[in-house]
Amino acid sequence: MNWHAVRAIYLFEMARTKRTLLQSVLAPVITTSLYFVVFGAAIGARIPEVEGVSYGAFIVPGLIMLNLLTQSVSNASFGIFFPKFSRTIYEILSAPVSHFEIVLSYVGAAATKAVILSLIILATATFFVPLRIEHPLWMVGFLLLTAVSFSLLGFILGIWADNFEKLQLVPLLIITPLTFLGGSFYSIDMLPAAWRTLSLFNPVVYLVSGFRWSFYGTADVAVGVSLAMTLLFLAVFVGVATWMLRTGYRLKP
Amino acid sequence: MDSIISISGLSKTYASGFAALKGVDLDIRRGEIFALLGPNGAGKTTLISVVCGLVNASAGTVRVDGHDIVRDYRAARALIGLVPQELTTDAFETVWNTVSFSRGLFGKPPDPAYLEQLLKDLSLWAKKDAKLMMLSGGMKRRVLIAKALSHEPRILFLDEPTAGVDVELRRDMWQLVRRLRDSGVTVILTTHYIEEAEEMADRIGVIAKGALILVEDKAALMKKLGGKQLTLQLAAPLAQIPPALARYGLALGKGGGTLVYRYEAETEDNAIADLLQDLAAAGIAFADLHTTQRSLEEIFVSLVSEREPAGEGAR
Repeated sequence: MNWHAVRAIYLFEMARTKRTLLQSVLAPVITTSLYFVVFGAAIGARIPEVEGVSYGAFIVPGLIMLNLLTQSVSNASFGIFFPKFSRTIYEILSAPVSHFEIVLSYVGAAATKAVILSLIILATATFFVPLRIEHPLWMVGFLLLTAVSFSLLGFILGIWADNFEKLQLVPLLIITPLTFLGGSFYSIDMLPAAWRTLSLFNPVVYLVSGFRWSFYGTADVAVGVSLAMTLLFLAVFVGVATWMLRTGYRLKP
Repeated sequence: MDSIISISGLSKTYASGFAALKGVDLDIRRGEIFALLGPNGAGKTTLISVVCGLVNASAGTVRVDGHDIVRDYRAARALIGLVPQELTTDAFETVWNTVSFSRGLFGKPPDPAYLEQLLKDLSLWAKKDAKLMMLSGGMKRRVLIAKALSHEPRILFLDEPTAGVDVELRRDMWQLVRRLRDSGVTVILTTHYIEEAEEMADRIGVIAKGALILVEDKAALMKKLGGKQLTLQLAAPLAQIPPALARYGLALGKGGGTLVYRYEAETEDNAIADLLQDLAAAGIAFADLHTTQRSLEEIFVSLVSEREPAGEGAR
């Protein structure tokens, strides 16, 4: 293992986060706080409890998941896209680093940032709504697994995208809608039967459901299924990223 | 011969169908300065890119100090430093951070003392805390060199090192390359400036249209292909060349005021002495004389144009 290289890339990526601290941390925190004010206090007060939890508290896991997914994807995709765009990637490609080391450092940094943000949002949430976490270990487990999986997806997007538009398009057109429709703000049991069945094809449902289970012990699908699906995403993204690096897809002519 | 890089049968055809390299065989000797000379689009950068791992080869093998660049890429790449042609730097990083980053990337533990000396050698020390976007083009070029040398490579690739570089930096760079060579580093540079190759290189390879046309010691190449020319300024103009001097193949120039004699320095040992004697015997006096040598540039142009059918571009 070339640990010096992993450390160098990881710290480089984290330094990038630090440079854009305001944009990276403050923006999601403010947005999330607004959600709490609107859905938790203003509208939430008129919504009955969902599965024995006040609506404000019910949406917390979903909101964290929403942030975790968008942050993981955007951090990781930008992290690898930018050197490709500015052509500084020549140095990474010419260095004695393995594919695993490249993925570990870029995805590790993106996931770290996404997890830190999620924890900040979790802490922010405690100011607005009463929270309880029934299965803290599972909570952390889901958080980490999802962060790594979707940072990998971001990494794949970053390699695939050959312009800024494509880089923005996938999160905007795919990730955000899937997250909103994935039960972040409601239980899919609240949907008509046909929509509920359709929702089961939305991968984000499993992520949100498992994560919410770790908070309140209630879930749309069995927690084992959530875990299995999360691991499946991880495996698929690992496979795609490995294939990309091995063939030099859009990196090496 | 002790080669540090062995390239054999190397070909590269891009997805567009463009064949950038066509079966290149080349050995780079340990510790030499090798200049790869060729017009734009000849395949110089592709060749470097394959060796450094930026481009996948279509066929052929490359070994760096015995390590295959694909199977044993770690050992091979750790020996190499690359200065790319384009000024590609991160905008927001400082000089110090970017050079430290490069060292780490190539698997070396931090060594502030070495990096300090490196930056001083490249006149970058005063700028060590400056952000890269604040630097001039010449300074960025120095930073790229510092990055390439940050991990103490044994082989340095300089891709068009002096393209668009001012005189001072060019001189500094040549000095640096000589210092590196003296410390045992092998330097491979690509250029289409002949004077650069002439000034610096121990050996020269000429590449055109993806094929190596020739590889030769610079001195031998100059000797072999560099014909000399003697020009005599005559005291009185000549109407025609006397038959007694016919065997020299002289040419009369400028209203008969000069005589021009072309010769190969190595093949005709006493030619000049003989000529001068015969001139005296024929009663031809001259006021002045000078000799000139064909430059590498002329050799190069004649080599490449021999290879290039008229009407076909470089790419």
